[in-house]
Amino acid sequence: MSSRPFGSDAEEKFALSRRQFVTGLAAGGALFGLGLWPKPVWALKSHGQKTVLAGTEFDLSIGETPLNFTGATRTGITVNGSVPAPLLRWREGDTVNLRVSNTLPENSIHGHQTSIHWHGILLPANMDGVPGLSFDGINRGETYPYRFDVIQNGTYWYHSHSGFQEQAGVYGPIVIDPLEPEPFTYDRDYVVLLSDWTDLNPAMLFKRLKKMSDYDNFAKLTVGDLVDDVREQGLAATLQHRLAWGKMRMTPTDLSDVNGNTYTYLLNGTTALGNWTGIFQSGEKVRLRFINGSAMTHFDVRIPGLKMTVVAADGQYVRPVSVDEFRIATAETFDVIVEPSGQDAFTIFAQDMGRTGYVSGTLAVREGLRAPVPAVDPKPILTMDDMGHGGMGGSGHDMSSMSGGSTQNSSMGGMDHSGHDMSAMAGGTMAGMNHGAGGMQQHPASESNNPLVDMQTMAPTARLDDPGIGLRDNGRRVLTYADLKSTFPDPDGREPGRTIELHLTGHMERFAWSFDGIKFSSAEPLVLKYGERMRIVLVNDTMMTHPIHLHGVWSDLEDADGNFQVRKHTIDMPPGSKRSFRVRADALGRWAFHCHLLYHMEAGMFREVRIEE
Amino acid sequence: MKTTSVITTRALGLAIAIALGGVSASVVAQEMDHSKMQMSAPEPAPTARKPEPQPSTATTAAPKPAVDPHAGHVMPAPNSKPKPTPGPAPAQATSVDHAAMGHDMPPTEAMDHSAMGHDMPPDEPIEKMDHSAMGHDMESMTAEEHAGMQGQDLPANAAPREPIPAVTDSDRAAAFPDVAGHTVHDDGVHWFALLNRLETWDADEGNAIGWEGSGWAGTDLDRVWVRSEGESIDGSIESADVEVLYGRAIARWWDLVAGVRHDFGEGPSQTFAAVGVMGLAPYMFEIEATAYLGESGQTGLGLEAEYETLFTNRLIGTWLVEAEVWGQDDPERGIGSGLSTLEAGFRLRYEFHRQFAPYIGVVWERAYGGTADYRSEQRDDIEDTRVVAGVRIWF
Repeated sequence: MSSRPFGSDAEEKFALSRRQFVTGLAAGGALFGLGLWPKPVWALKSHGQKTVLAGTEFDLSIGETPLNFTGATRTGITVNGSVPAPLLRWREGDTVNLRVSNTLPENSIHGHQTSIHWHGILLPANMDGVPGLSFDGINRGETYPYRFDVIQNGTYWYHSHSGFQEQAGVYGPIVIDPLEPEPFTYDRDYVVLLSDWTDLNPAMLFKRLKKMSDYDNFAKLTVGDLVDDVREQGLAATLQHRLAWGKMRMTPTDLSDVNGNTYTYLLNGTTALGNWTGIFQSGEKVRLRFINGSAMTHFDVRIPGLKMTVVAADGQYVRPVSVDEFRIATAETFDVIVEPSGQDAFTIFAQDMGRTGYVSGTLAVREGLRAPVPAVDPKPILTMDDMGHGGMGGSGHDMSSMSGGSTQNSSMGGMDHSGHDMSAMAGGTMAGMNHGAGGMQQHPASESNNPLVDMQTMAPTARLDDPGIGLRDNGRRVLTYADLKSTFPDPDGREPGRTIELHLTGHMERFAWSFDGIKFSSAEPLVLKYGERMRIVLVNDTMMTHPIHLHGVWSDLEDADGNFQVRKHTIDMPPGSKRSFRVRADALGRWAFHCHLLYHMEAGMFREVRIEE
Repeated sequence: MKTTSVITTRALGLAIAIALGGVSASVVAQEMDHSKMQMSAPEPAPTARKPEPQPSTATTAAPKPAVDPHAGHVMPAPNSKPKPTPGPAPAQATSVDHAAMGHDMPPTEAMDHSAMGHDMPPDEPIEKMDHSAMGHDMESMTAEEHAGMQGQDLPANAAPREPIPAVTDSDRAAAFPDVAGHTVHDDGVHWFALLNRLETWDADEGNAIGWEGSGWAGTDLDRVWVRSEGESIDGSIESADVEVLYGRAIARWWDLVAGVRHDFGEGPSQTFAAVGVMGLAPYMFEIEATAYLGESGQTGLGLEAEYETLFTNRLIGTWLVEAEVWGQDDPERGIGSGLSTLEAGFRLRYEFHRQFAPYIGVVWERAYGGTADYRSEQRDDIEDTRVVAGVRIWF
């Protein structure tokens, strides 16, 4: 029911668990298969898989649907009645027509208007689906005809860009089959879409964050921790640690604003108990298209017993890299290939970054099998280094963060200063690097004496080769951004003609988020000139991790030396990081640029980017 | 100070930009050289943007050249890019890089990448050498791939490898529809109401109830605050105050508040103008400090500090210190000038739910100076210690 792959095993019945626990129901309120063709064949062998829609003509209806993931029925908002929304399968080179209708009832808790944004898809601005920028939104009873040429391939997703609807169910996968053969082969193909569900009305959750942003943090350091730390690290070190955090008025266990204490995590619209299962036969190559369609959750994903070869990131081919685990930020996608053999079942395990919960699924030779589900990892504690406050004198080069498995493959990323590209500094800003001459990080004047800015990083670094908080030294080979390298050179090729530096800012207590301390409602658009090649440098002045997404154009992540490294649509920004990406302003119009954590975006971490002639 | 340094930085940036003007010329010159190199040009690498099929925008878009001659190899010789004065760290890193590649290379920057893919030891450990993990046949690598790897950019003012499509009128129409602008929920009005203490204790006089609460409504920066504190015995209010204040966020952790306070209870009621600050001091002390000016010319100062100790994430102790200072004697209300009362308390609550936490606590209070004298005259206690039980609730 929840997992019928296409192809030879499609007829296998899904044995649904009848047990219903508070930790998550076995079956969500609306379930369907997300399996794909074993091979990219342009023919719909659907076996009645109404939730996979393929071709060029699509009718999508957004309305209310009762959903039950926790034992309590809630009014979700869905596309064609399912969570996730139907898998849309397009083909590169086609022109697709998507008629999106708003069938929300009057007085819906989700509002009277809706929209669909095609995340990571290149299209004209009026097809981008952001109300007020691309179009007027889709009001109750209306249908908006989306129509655009599909000029890319890979794994993407779509979601509502109206209010909090993305949290309540409007998100689904997009798979675009390529015109040319892919640089890898596989026998089976599954989407693995991760998301977070809450029984709360998302608008109420936002209000709760405004009242008490640390509501979900039940991992604050206690007196017991103090005693333990004194015993282990000595009194001086412990006091120094506690005082440093106390002075900042922050909590080193504050990893995410909303976590497993509120959320039930879903994999393809199913809880861990529902155990979404992807079928394989021993020795087959299985392509898993991981999509993080959550509102607020970074997932750390692994399949114990299997190496995962990452072949695409954000829909774009990367040089294959074999890992045990990866962190996937909200809105990112990673395509991996696994070759399960030697046992009948493997667990796909995705725990949240704050280690408060998980969701799991299974790869198995038949339905109904399970492999052991690992325990959630210990909760990480943020350090001053994590916040970009560690620093090594004025160098700003934080070697301490490159621990464990990361150092062995760091030659290209953080440690290689040889390609230090001064010619790229036309804008006068050191892009994505703060080596050597640097000194302390400068901050925009708008951050000074700004009650909406509760922190400023002192010596941020690119941290591309850092596995991330909670993933260092865990004995596993963890994907880092330094591992992600496009298989193609910079498609534009020009060095950026200018640089814009933007700081990610926020105030935890007030739950206000912004760029440069200026919330969206009081910010001017960033204006880009059509055709220009420019660089955006992001500096994270908060203690949160922010996936930053620019609509309309690619975000070409640069390596630590300012060279083109990998083409993405969403750039994750851990605390204490400074990363740069190139933008080729080849899409006229008004585009959204924002943190993809839903409540950060709604709290102001959003800018309009206007590409004008 | 900040402004000055920003200006300095910009000036520096400008200087660098000017300096680079000369550099880009040499880059171009060097690129010209490369066009003479004989390049094998197999298939171009798969690129993200395929030739665009739609006729509307493709009118002037030139087909993508299979190989851009300018994207060619970097000569191992002179490095056209000026480097910042290399500190010890970069120098170190360079050698690390080469070591990892398993090449015996002179430490010349420009050769760094150009050597890649040539004569790769086949048994190079995967982790050490990213490219071996690519599964690429190095021989078949295209010129463009080399260029990409080297980060050898075209000048900013050059034509891009993928041409920028010319804009048509239909593009313009599609790009800028007549829309009202996007909104998010970043400037909404929110509210919060906290009944921090609602408690009772064993009073000689009868059924005692004490409360302290506060609430706000407003935006991130501008809020209306209501604060109230008081005691009642057997249903009649002994002493109580209500403050209504406008609060403005003035610093990271501080709100400036100004408004009125009204006192009522046993003595005659009175009204004050109030101005103060409230916020979070370093090391997580919650502070309220408010100055008062009454109708009668009475002046006062209230200070309150709260600190929380987490025994667990649900068992939470709150330390409270509160002091009242008055400017004038006020016999009617039993107030003497100077430090009037000092109160210290410790309450231990258990958060069954974030919004509902019963507690027990102990409170010590003492009167000083003229206030103590008045209490002595009334045969009231100057000093009092009591055990309290109550509940903390918020909405």
